[in-house]
Amino acid sequence: MSRFLLPALVFLALSGVLYVGVVHSPNKSTMQSALLGKPVPAFSLPVLGNPGSTLSNAQLAGRPWVMNVWGTWCVACRDEHEVLLAIARQNVLPLVGLNWKDEDDAAIQWLQQLGNPYSVVAVDRDGRAAIDFGVYGAPETFFIGADGFVHYRHVGPMTEEVWQREFLSRIPKGGLP
Amino acid sequence: MKRCNRAGLIAALGALLLVTSTASAFDVEAMPTPEMQERYDGLTHELRCMQCQNQSIADSPVGLASDLRRDVREQIIAGKTDEQIRESMVARYGNIILFRPPFQAGTAWVWIAPFVFLLFGVFIGVRIVRKRASLVASDDSVIDTDETAR
Repeated sequence: MSRFLLPALVFLALSGVLYVGVVHSPNKSTMQSALLGKPVPAFSLPVLGNPGSTLSNAQLAGRPWVMNVWGTWCVACRDEHEVLLAIARQNVLPLVGLNWKDEDDAAIQWLQQLGNPYSVVAVDRDGRAAIDFGVYGAPETFFIGADGFVHYRHVGPMTEEVWQREFLSRIPKGGLP
Repeated sequence: MKRCNRAGLIAALGALLLVTSTASAFDVEAMPTPEMQERYDGLTHELRCMQCQNQSIADSPVGLASDLRRDVREQIIAGKTDEQIRESMVARYGNIILFRPPFQAGTAWVWIAPFVFLLFGVFIGVRIVRKRASLVASDDSVIDTDETAR
């Protein structure tokens, strides 16, 4: 009897460890951003379609905003585009685009063909700003609070459900300033 | 014919081996000094490519890995220490970017678990050996009595 008890216990313990490991494995879509609860990284980038002007984090300070990282080379970005357009129509939070490692012409053409959900698009041609945001794949979408801190990061295509649950819910109850 | 194919396959596999063994040589640009090059090689091999998580940024051909290599290169040239560069990576991507995670409350079990398992294995091993040893001793005595009886 006791001959089998110990191996059985070991088996159960190991099963438990492996189960927890599998369930909590750092899945790409569940990986937390290291920037949560930290100030939004400083950036100053040219504006798409208007290369003379720049967009910086300072210009966006004082109210919550959302940043969506995209590129015309990104297939999943095409998938989420309809959702982004619907979000833009709601007109509750400014949606800032970060055009990551893309060509300006291709990006402008994409927005003309599919519609433009962004209030403004910053151009990150060489990917430096994306690294500062800890971006590792497109699309990624960040919620930045009125305090200038990163509150949430969603990895993968935006959905109506995620938008409701993780973004709209973060708007302060009293409404926007 | 078949043999020819097999030789071809072996050659192809050999070539593949050659390719993978030099795969860290994506960079055209060398660091200004050999010391910097050495630090650069070390750092890029201990930082994880976040897109293909079992490769280091030195071994990964994806765009993000080359952007991170550029970041490492620029920080070395700017005079940052290895520790500062690692910290800047962790600040942006989290501990997961380090192949060797730091010993902290959240990561302690990663370091401790192997030793716990090892101790457990030694414990089991000692138990089995002890049991076997006692069996052998009793067997010996039986054989001895047989021998003397003969």
